[in-house]
Amino acid sequence: MNKLGKLIAAGFTAALLSTSAMAQDIAVRGAQVWTMGPAGVIENGVVVIEDGRITAVGSADTVTIPTGMAVLEAPVVTPGLIDAHSTVGLTGYLNQSDDQDQLDDSAPVQPQLRAVDAYNPHDRLVQWVRELGTTTLHTGHGPGALVSGQTMVVKTTGNTADAALVEDGTMVVANLGSWALDREGAPGTRAKQMSMLRQALVAAQNALDSEEGEGPRDLAQEAFVSVLRGERPLLVTAHRSQDIQSALRLADEFDIEVIIDGAADAHMMLDELREAGVSVILHPTMARNEGELENAAFTTAGLLAEAGIPFALQSGYEAYVPKTRVVLWEAGFAVGHGLSPEDALASVTIDAARVIGMEERIGSLEVGKDGDVAMFDGDPFEYTTHVTGVVIEGEQVSDTPR
Amino acid sequence: MQSIKRAALAATAVGALLAAPVMAQETPIAFTGATVHTMSGISGTGTIEDATMVIHHGEIVAVGATVDIPDGAEVRDASGMVIMPGIVDTHSHIGQVSGADSSAAIQPDVRALDSINVRDSSIARARSGGVTTANIMPGSGWLMSGQTFYMHLSEGNSIEDYAWMDEDGNIMGGMKMANGTNPLRESPAFPSTRARSAAMVRQHFVAAQEYCEGERSPRDIGMDAMCEVLDGSRLVHFHTHRSDDIMTALRLRREFGFDLLIQHGIESYQVAQEIAAEGIPVSAILVDSPGGKLEAANANIETAAALEQAGVFLSLHSDDNILDSRLMFRHAGLAVRGGMSRDGALRALTVNGAVQLGLDDRVGSLEPGKLADFIVLTGDPLSVYTNVAETWVMGELLFDASDPEDLLHATGGYGAGNPQMNTHVLEREAHMLEGAQ
Repeated sequence: MNKLGKLIAAGFTAALLSTSAMAQDIAVRGAQVWTMGPAGVIENGVVVIEDGRITAVGSADTVTIPTGMAVLEAPVVTPGLIDAHSTVGLTGYLNQSDDQDQLDDSAPVQPQLRAVDAYNPHDRLVQWVRELGTTTLHTGHGPGALVSGQTMVVKTTGNTADAALVEDGTMVVANLGSWALDREGAPGTRAKQMSMLRQALVAAQNALDSEEGEGPRDLAQEAFVSVLRGERPLLVTAHRSQDIQSALRLADEFDIEVIIDGAADAHMMLDELREAGVSVILHPTMARNEGELENAAFTTAGLLAEAGIPFALQSGYEAYVPKTRVVLWEAGFAVGHGLSPEDALASVTIDAARVIGMEERIGSLEVGKDGDVAMFDGDPFEYTTHVTGVVIEGEQVSDTPR
Repeated sequence: MQSIKRAALAATAVGALLAAPVMAQETPIAFTGATVHTMSGISGTGTIEDATMVIHHGEIVAVGATVDIPDGAEVRDASGMVIMPGIVDTHSHIGQVSGADSSAAIQPDVRALDSINVRDSSIARARSGGVTTANIMPGSGWLMSGQTFYMHLSEGNSIEDYAWMDEDGNIMGGMKMANGTNPLRESPAFPSTRARSAAMVRQHFVAAQEYCEGERSPRDIGMDAMCEVLDGSRLVHFHTHRSDDIMTALRLRREFGFDLLIQHGIESYQVAQEIAAEGIPVSAILVDSPGGKLEAANANIETAAALEQAGVFLSLHSDDNILDSRLMFRHAGLAVRGGMSRDGALRALTVNGAVQLGLDDRVGSLEPGKLADFIVLTGDPLSVYTNVAETWVMGELLFDASDPEDLLHATGGYGAGNPQMNTHVLEREAHMLEGAQ
């Protein structure tokens, strides 16, 4: 992070120069602009956002800021951060029974449940992560059921779930391993989990192969059919080596896109993951290494990067205090344990966008993409640096240093 | 290490607080060229650039910019490194600790030391994060869950090998109390309201006053511990979050005169002036986000700064496994992010905790005569790019990042963690953690 170091030494101070302009028109200047796109890092750069979309990115020498446009400034400017897997908006921050909508365990297989029907855009954790730079959440049901539902992609702003929504039904979520076992019922073993998943996919395969339009609609089966058709991936939360192997086997058997989520044992399976060509949404770097995450390591993100396995970081699901993690801090801690700053920023911006299939729209500061920006008063990954401002689609949604 | 501590135990008979282990570390060791944050003095970090620190027989012999290296000393080049005292974690649950059971809300007779497994990997993990002393506590699901244990993170096979001893040879620790929601239960033996909680505690203290002022017969080991609380020789570690609960803890202290350390104090920023006015110290925790429980709804990272600005004497703790013991420097970093001074945050990790536990004449700062409990860091303690290279306890190198076996504790990996969730101590909170994972 030498570039950032020099910059901090330069003592650039953040300033908000507010003028009257359209709400979704704004320019952001940075002593360094980390575009995460082909332009790389631009010294003394400018991002111009009009009507919510980026219309120009480049050096302040070459990019003209339209007259009268509000200009924000910060030492370091990055794309808005993307949390590749969260339960924020479904797991209310108070953690009381009436605000926990991340898991329905009345049945082990419920792919028809939709995150959008549970998402609360006013939960305090949405604001919390927004002010810490997260502009996009891939959020949905938490672990604990074999198939828990469908995720969604939202911006961390918007008065309603629909206003926040970027994509509904992004992935179908499955969970292998002990969290999704029901020792009194089914699935009561790991083998039974796989049996039930295969049975459900075979049933969907049969439906797909039969004449279309026959029989009553079955929302659960429709969700599995969409996975078989390649319309959405199956996100499999699997930490233990044998569960990761099962997920890869499933992908192979049904020729479906599987994304490995959690993946505490990923550092023991680098060759297998690379050969399978899957993406990984890695557990939070600082996740407690207990239970299913017994073998979790601070160094796994660095090892995945080194192995060339596409991955993103996530805040994950937290059952207690703290109720959510912050991807900025998880990425920072990975930087302290072998992940390069560039790869770390990618894991919460452009690489995260790719893993969740949103790279055409977000994840880098490029012309045509959403005007989502995070601003910092120093090296973004240092504990002591602040997020000084956040812009979503051209609107400044936070000016409080965090 | 075992023999060292045994020697130390024997030596306590002559009255020194954990007397210097005479058998240890025959050869003096000199660390040269380091930036040393001695943490000596009443403020600042006591930083010496390009310093030499000499340790011998498990103690610090000299530290300064112009220190003579003794003949025959092993010299370790620490150029570019930062040396500072080992972390004193004032609230931790490492070592599979447990305390009270579900039979009663007030159990001062129970001792954490009788439950700790000194071979639990959490201790090595904490050491790899730079922790050299920790207050190991029972849980918070009781009004009084038992006697805490001040652990010296050395090596050995028995709990005594890890014990801090007072001048009379007694194993040191405090008393864990709690109010707010955690001790509330639907059980006849427990309170179900805050007022009932305070009344039960008050009744118990009144009974203790009668016992302690009387013949103390027949002997009651719980009451004996209460007498230590009342005479000020056993610090009360009071788990309390909400500002009104904090004020209740202060009120009980005024009534009964015990020594009080506020533990957690999530809403302490709201009553920082009141806490400061009574001269009560706080052991604080900053977490990544608010919520997770009602009492943590107002958690923020500005609390440590607010307490510092109000003049409250402050330490930072892990509450391991709420925060992993290896994240203590990050914890201090977040405190600074929230407005605390850098010096204050580093003191809150080290010397302030030693003062709060009454161990500051032996650890907490790097000064001649104090124990050689320190850590060697690769750079600025508050930078994410810095790692712990070495942890020394009483002159013994007990964590060495260049040793793969040691490094496994620091970074995690196959076999490094716990196969089971470490939720036992959180007791009533455990179902929430286990429920999902």
